[in-house]
Amino acid sequence: MHGLINRAIQCFVRDTYGEDCWLAVARDAGIDPPRFEAMLTYDDTLTDDVLAALGASLSKPQEELCEDIGTYLVSHPNTEAVRRLLRFGGATFEEFLQSLEDLPDRARMAVPDLELPQLELRECGRDLFCLMCKADHPCFACALLGILRTMADDYGALVCLDFVEKGPGRDLIKISLVEGTFAEGRSFELGAGL
Amino acid sequence: MTCIAQGTDVTPLLDTLMPMHLQIDHKGRITHAGPTLAKLRPDRDLRGVCLFDLFEVLRPRAIDRVSALRAQAGGKLQLRFAQPPKTALNGVLAPLGAASVLNLSFRMPVQDGVSDYALSAKDFAATDLTVDMLYLIEAKTAAMDASQRLNSRLQGAKIAAEERAFTDTLTGLKNRRAMNNILPRLVENGIEFSLMHLDLDHFKAINDTMGHAAGDHVLQEVARIMAGLTREEDTAFRIGGDEFLLIFQGMTDRGKLQSVAGRLLSRLEQPIRFKGKPCHVSASIGIARSVDYGKPDPARMMADADAALYFSKRSGRARLHFHAAG
Repeated sequence: MHGLINRAIQCFVRDTYGEDCWLAVARDAGIDPPRFEAMLTYDDTLTDDVLAALGASLSKPQEELCEDIGTYLVSHPNTEAVRRLLRFGGATFEEFLQSLEDLPDRARMAVPDLELPQLELRECGRDLFCLMCKADHPCFACALLGILRTMADDYGALVCLDFVEKGPGRDLIKISLVEGTFAEGRSFELGAGL
Repeated sequence: MTCIAQGTDVTPLLDTLMPMHLQIDHKGRITHAGPTLAKLRPDRDLRGVCLFDLFEVLRPRAIDRVSALRAQAGGKLQLRFAQPPKTALNGVLAPLGAASVLNLSFRMPVQDGVSDYALSAKDFAATDLTVDMLYLIEAKTAAMDASQRLNSRLQGAKIAAEERAFTDTLTGLKNRRAMNNILPRLVENGIEFSLMHLDLDHFKAINDTMGHAAGDHVLQEVARIMAGLTREEDTAFRIGGDEFLLIFQGMTDRGKLQSVAGRLLSRLEQPIRFKGKPCHVSASIGIARSVDYGKPDPARMMADADAALYFSKRSGRARLHFHAAG
């Protein structure tokens, strides 16, 4: 797994539950030294071990944890860069949804060895979208759900999100857009991130 | 056949395709500003303003009339707002009858210009790559920050590892830390050994007169000579600037030690060449043997070898002395 993803999990634990919690999770998962480097690549099993140790330590199902990680990624001040990069996807939540298919390619423009799962968006009715997440790891789709939920708030859109199907390579999220501009949303000015 | 219907107002079309355009009349007065360009000067109605009051034309040089500007139609223009923020822009002009359309865009580094204004993706034409450029700059900056953090951590780890290491990086010999590790082990295991403490004379003069590169070269050569004149089981250390130590495992015979030391001293009397110039050094040696002690103590043996060395130094050039048994 790419270090950026492992590092995101580490930062999520540190920023949400504190450094001590992370050190305990790292110890339980056998991560020594207890840190992930964002620009290195790690064995996939390490990610699983960390998520398992975290789930055990917090007594939380992994799916819930992964959704929390998704929320964290686009709402915490320490990961503002991620929110900003996603907001480049479009001026409205609907445009943002349409841009998700380009996300793996866009990510590769910045970090060539970062492999994100392929995403496919289909309109399956009026204001109704189905997002297919072709990931091997179940964590991606759950994190994606957290990201979508939080980005909808970011755009000020009112949406309902749900899994229609789950499974490796065929996670399907149904998105019904109740109102595109329900609230003000957070501001996004170009050039403000630099 | 004309493509755009005669009499149609092209302004909405231009506002969509080129939201940073200006329309100017034959006298150079602005008659319309595209919606994004208008946002760059939010406190000012640009209509009626003279183009040359709003902008300085940087390239081509010395353009201050519409006729001169129209002569550059289709070519690349460089302009800058006359008032702060003095954002630099690229432009291209196309005549439209007696009027002209001047389309503008931010210049590289594009983020410098954009960050002065509250703009969003909607302010750029959907086909304009400026927003993608900004995305890429932000993404690359984030990735580069992560890489730099990793690099500085690796750099710190490298320095820490070097500090922990047992090798003298200049000569490739073992260092004082290694010596402090090995000596107690020999004593604990009851292995007989001899210490030969060697110190270079005149080394400082080489550093001072011929430079540190010459000094470094001399130290490397001395290390090579020591390795060449000792056995595989002997270990050479660089324990100070121009101080060396040899540990001879299992060799305590005075005659043999004397002959090795003598060969070392005479070899070091020969000048070492650096970039064709001879460097003259010399060495002094002090020796302590474990068999001269009832219960050898590394620290005491080192002190005794050191004392013998200084006795050698006082006796003259290229001498060697044994620490007297007792």
